[in-house]
Amino acid sequence: MKKSLICVSCPLGCPIEVEIDNGEILSVTGNTCKRGDAYARDELTNPVRSLTTTVKLVNGSLPVVPVKSSKPVPKDKMFECMKIINQASIEAPVKIGDVVVKDILSTGADIIVTNNDIGK
Amino acid sequence: MMNINEFIAEVEKTDIDVYTDTMVLDVSKDNVVTAVNNKDGLIKIQAVAVVLAMGCRERPRGALSIAGSRPAGVMTAGTAQKYVNIDGYMPGRKVVILGSGDIGLIMARRMTLEGAEVKVVCELMPYSGGLTRNIVQCLDDFGIPLRLSCTVVSTHGKERLEGVTIAQVDERLKPIPGTEEYIDCDTLLLSVGLIPENELSKGVGIDLDTVTGGPVVDEYRETLHKGIFACGNVLQVHDLVDYVTEESKIAGKGAANYIFGKKQGGTFINTKGVNGVRYIVPQRVNIENEDGVKLYFRVGQVYKGAKVVVECDGNVLSSKKKVKLAPGEMENVLITPEMLRNMNENSEITVRIEE
Ligand SMILES: Cc1cc2nc3c(=O)[nH]c(=O)nc-3n(C[C@H](O)[C@H](O)[C@H](O)COP(=O)(O)OP(=O)(O)OC[C@H]3O[C@@H](n4cnc5c(N)ncnc54)[C@H](O)[C@@H]3O)c2cc1C
Ligand code: SF4
Repeated sequence: MKKSLICVSCPLGCPIEVEIDNGEILSVTGNTCKRGDAYARDELTNPVRSLTTTVKLVNGSLPVVPVKSSKPVPKDKMFECMKIINQASIEAPVKIGDVVVKDILSTGADIIVTNNDIGK
Repeated sequence: MMNINEFIAEVEKTDIDVYTDTMVLDVSKDNVVTAVNNKDGLIKIQAVAVVLAMGCRERPRGALSIAGSRPAGVMTAGTAQKYVNIDGYMPGRKVVILGSGDIGLIMARRMTLEGAEVKVVCELMPYSGGLTRNIVQCLDDFGIPLRLSCTVVSTHGKERLEGVTIAQVDERLKPIPGTEEYIDCDTLLLSVGLIPENELSKGVGIDLDTVTGGPVVDEYRETLHKGIFACGNVLQVHDLVDYVTEESKIAGKGAANYIFGKKQGGTFINTKGVNGVRYIVPQRVNIENEDGVKLYFRVGQVYKGAKVVVECDGNVLSSKKKVKLAPGEMENVLITPEMLRNMNENSEITVRIEE
């Protein structure tokens, strides 16, 4: 089976083709440098993404506060993470780095606040 | 890189007066700034130097020619971003995005993660104005289609948007009859460009560059009006706030040097973008500058493996091969003091793309 992806490790954006057989990567082609090879292998075995969103803020100067995952989370867990974050809330005052959800879905990533809000 | 809270804390440590919720109404020819707020009323400040940093505004629907009714649910991507990220509510459920600049792409992901269905992103040009990384991680990740050379030709719905008609366009960017397609949606986000906010600059009579829409400046970011400087999106549209920060430091230093009389006169010559280079900031350069000057520019289309050639009076000053050049990414070239030393008041620096 062949899979096509675009390398995002640099602005060139090489189109990469990966040949896979039964989950085993047979070849990676189309990449201009070896970073592309590593990117393709990571993307096909364990794709991860940084998650940025907002969480409900109680007694804040604004109704929500921006948050992010402290490290990238598995791509296929993004929506599940969103569900948890959308049910969570935090009370003002909050500051950058405050943890809203610890070790979300056992990914090892915390959901942390990325802005200060001193409250109402 | 510092974040906004750290910048605010830095300013608070100084004795700089900060007026928030205050609107500047006018800057006069002798640099008197007139502003108004509901605490102090009308404020007049005689400035020696003024730094313009009014940013830009998003091109609204009115600036586009989309036929049809004017229902609710049509807004700029930045407005939607404010609704979702600051006010905390969703402006719609079934979304079409017109324009594939970074703000449009980021909103496609943001709305999808919040549970909306983004049906398609339409881009008028044959290429996206956004970063490849954003196309992959904001669209491909969620299977959102990107339609190039495609636009919204009309909107439908009375009170609320009910759908849009999209169509392919030809090389002259005109919709091709017969390619129309109806898409059911309740929200249309526009990410179709930014316009520098230069009403105040025009009021002072500052010369604007017809391509950037911002003032013509020298390398200290001083406009052609003495003592008035400009930086950020009011000068040229930036993709990343980090470049805005960089530019603001240049303008701040320029203004301080001007106030303390350190900015010497000099011999200013023009820079010019030709053959693929749409514009250059700064537009004027002091050939007596002893630190060298960075010229920032944008190209008009995507190039792969092309050369950026800097020329002056028929001499090639530098020529550098680039793996990729794209309209969405601001580029720069360095003019060294050695290069400047060989120039005279009639010289002109050109930057061009050679394929
Ligand atoms: C919708 C949108 C989203 C963006 N998202 C990102 C992003 O996620 N990351 C990133 O790196 N870059 C982003 N950018 C890029 C943007 O270029 C920079 O982030 C940056 O904010 C621009 O800084 P600025 O100071 O030039 O303008 P602005 O931040 O726009 O600041 C201009 C300020 O001047 C004020 N002003 C204007 N006129 C007057 C007046 N007459 N009197 C008093 N005050 C006035 C305005 O209210 C505003 O506060 C985004 C741009 C837009 C438009
Ligand atoms: S393969 Fe190498 S050159 Fe190509 S996009 Fe990836 S990092 Fe850049």
